[in-house]
Amino acid sequence: MAKELETELRLGLPGGGTEKNEKKRVFSEISEDDENGKVSNNNNEKKMQSKSQVVGWPPVCSYRKKNSFNDSKASKMYVKVSMDGAPFLRKIDLAMHKGYSDLAAALEKMFGEALRDADNCEFVPIYEDKDGDWMLAGDVPWEMFIESCKRLRVMKRADAQGFGVLRSRETLNATSKNE
Amino acid sequence: MMMIIVDEVIEHIFDFITSHKDRNSVSLVCKSWYKIERYSRQRVFIGNCYSISPERLIARFPGLKSLTLKGKPHFADFNLVPHDWGGFLDPWIKAFAKNRIGLEELRLKRMVVSDESLELLSKSFVNFKSLILVSCEGFTTDGLAAIAANCRNLRELDLQENEVDDHRGHWLSCFPESCTSLVSLNFACLKGEINLAALERLVARSPNLKSLRLNRSVPLDTLQKLLMRAPQLLDLGTGSYVHDPSSEAYNELKASIQKCKSIRSLSGFLEVAPRCMAAIYPICANLTFLNLSYAAGLHGNALTKLIQHCNKLQRLWILDCIGDKGLGVVASTCKELQELRVFPSDPYGAGNAAVTEEGLVLISAGCPKLNSLLYFCQQMTNAALITVAKNCPNFIRFRLCTLDPTKPDPVTNLPLDEGFGAIVQSCKGLKRLSLSGLLTDQVFLYIGMYAEQLEMLSIAFAGESDKGMLYVLNGCKKLRKLEIRDCPFGNAALLEDVGKYETMRSLWMSSCEVTLGACKTLAEKMPRLKVELINDSDQMEFNLDDDQKVEKMYLYRSVVGHREDAPEFVWIL
Repeated sequence: MAKELETELRLGLPGGGTEKNEKKRVFSEISEDDENGKVSNNNNEKKMQSKSQVVGWPPVCSYRKKNSFNDSKASKMYVKVSMDGAPFLRKIDLAMHKGYSDLAAALEKMFGEALRDADNCEFVPIYEDKDGDWMLAGDVPWEMFIESCKRLRVMKRADAQGFGVLRSRETLNATSKNE
Repeated sequence: MMMIIVDEVIEHIFDFITSHKDRNSVSLVCKSWYKIERYSRQRVFIGNCYSISPERLIARFPGLKSLTLKGKPHFADFNLVPHDWGGFLDPWIKAFAKNRIGLEELRLKRMVVSDESLELLSKSFVNFKSLILVSCEGFTTDGLAAIAANCRNLRELDLQENEVDDHRGHWLSCFPESCTSLVSLNFACLKGEINLAALERLVARSPNLKSLRLNRSVPLDTLQKLLMRAPQLLDLGTGSYVHDPSSEAYNELKASIQKCKSIRSLSGFLEVAPRCMAAIYPICANLTFLNLSYAAGLHGNALTKLIQHCNKLQRLWILDCIGDKGLGVVASTCKELQELRVFPSDPYGAGNAAVTEEGLVLISAGCPKLNSLLYFCQQMTNAALITVAKNCPNFIRFRLCTLDPTKPDPVTNLPLDEGFGAIVQSCKGLKRLSLSGLLTDQVFLYIGMYAEQLEMLSIAFAGESDKGMLYVLNGCKKLRKLEIRDCPFGNAALLEDVGKYETMRSLWMSSCEVTLGACKTLAEKMPRLKVELINDSDQMEFNLDDDQKVEKMYLYRSVVGHREDAPEFVWIL
């Protein structure tokens, strides 16, 4: 009965609901069509070859350009991330992520090898909150989570059972799948 | 019996006439009124510093106390005017100092201001009270140190979006202990460190301080101390707004902010920790102006939650990462909204953070008092503009900028002529308009027909022929400033009615179809117009062929001769 279990970190809110970016995809399709098809009504097409090469467009004053775009000094929310079995800890900036799925992807990237090497294990993402309690990630809205999260731990599900952590629907489903 | 009103009485009546327009009108009535008006005039506005000379100004208004002076043309903001083009403050200060003008207030926009000018200013005018510099350049913190040290009665030092060379000196410490008169201090645009202790002491000894805008180097715990000293503030610009929300310092800040019940205007957040925004909530209900347009670190729920507390907001400046949904929150919360500015957070990006016509429609539906708009967006539709025009007929300023300058209506693939047409037809009080998107001559037909109050028009990558420009020049009787770039408007349009330009402040045309020959003709016919041809600053040679198209032309009316400070790459015909 050896099954190849895919270790999958799922941090969606209980009951599902992934963030949708469909509207933005629609936009990029539309603007691609425009770039290919439309005739611009003046003789300065060479200036329009690449949007970013048009001098002075969009018309934003240079002071503002220098001070408000892609602010690299935006607030950082670094927390330590430990993973059971990994030899050292990592740090991740929660502010860089838009939601749980985004975070899950980042953690997979970060611990990918360790996740794959672990034998038939499932992992559970937990975090230590302001009060010092260890919570299962995914229960509360993202904004609330990043405000209260002090550190993250990617824990083997097997270990989680003895840890008093609430079970999410995902882990429950996974358990029933195994049995 | 004939009643004679003596001059003193007339002068006293003129005291009540404060608007520049009215005073200008009054001075035209008769010689006697002209004389009385000019001796009693204290405030003067000069929209183009090259339209007159300092000497002429002083000769007419010897009692001058307050001057507003503007230098470079508007398109200089977008790097279309080479550095060193002009707009120098120096000759004005020198002339005022020499003639012992009792200058008290100086407000400058797009001027080149040197440290020497600032120092001369600080030493020459005993009653100098107020210095406001907007989008200026050429000075360093050394110049500010001179102002701080020497202006004994300084009330206002307001630096908005200037390029200042920060020498990290102690300019703030140069305010003497005896200086207790500050009402307004804004140094948000300075990049360097300042002496925090000196700032605290300065605020502590300024009981009249109403407006304080800090720069990035002022940390949150200093902000808390400043607010403790100045709970009477009306206008606050935070510096760095980053801290650990579970810390003692943050709790103290929360308490201090709550005491600032007079704050009506809030800005800054140049660095921001979204988790700390909750401290602001208690004062949000009092805010009439909120400027988050430099708060790149604030988006999503943290941003909308903040806005939800601001139900009295009249003016809102934000970044487009608020998104259409966020604008929906604004629309349902800010029923008093009059002015909205949505700036791009990522102008060359793939539209990850941008707003569309949907956000604007929501705003127009929720905020009927809206009269002023600056909106950078991913796209716009005619249907949306028509709806907006119906919902908000009170626009005075309507500036729309699609990130792709010639983007058509994405639903119909048509130009945006009908949409803008609806705006000008509906908004009878429209004074300022900026267009973008795919546009034909038709939009200009509408503008010429309906925009009767229009004073300023900005056009880019629009139109098909000279007809477009002619519709505007013939139709908009109140037009004062026209700026055009990258449009197929040429000599026929330029030369059709040369007298029109004397009724305007200025005309800018760049990358259009106008030739050198036509510019020469215009300059010959109209001696009181200055026609400047501007090359890029590394190109000193002017091509002398009359048929050659002119890259940049700036023309303005003037009552004095050619300016003598023009650099080599500027040719005044």
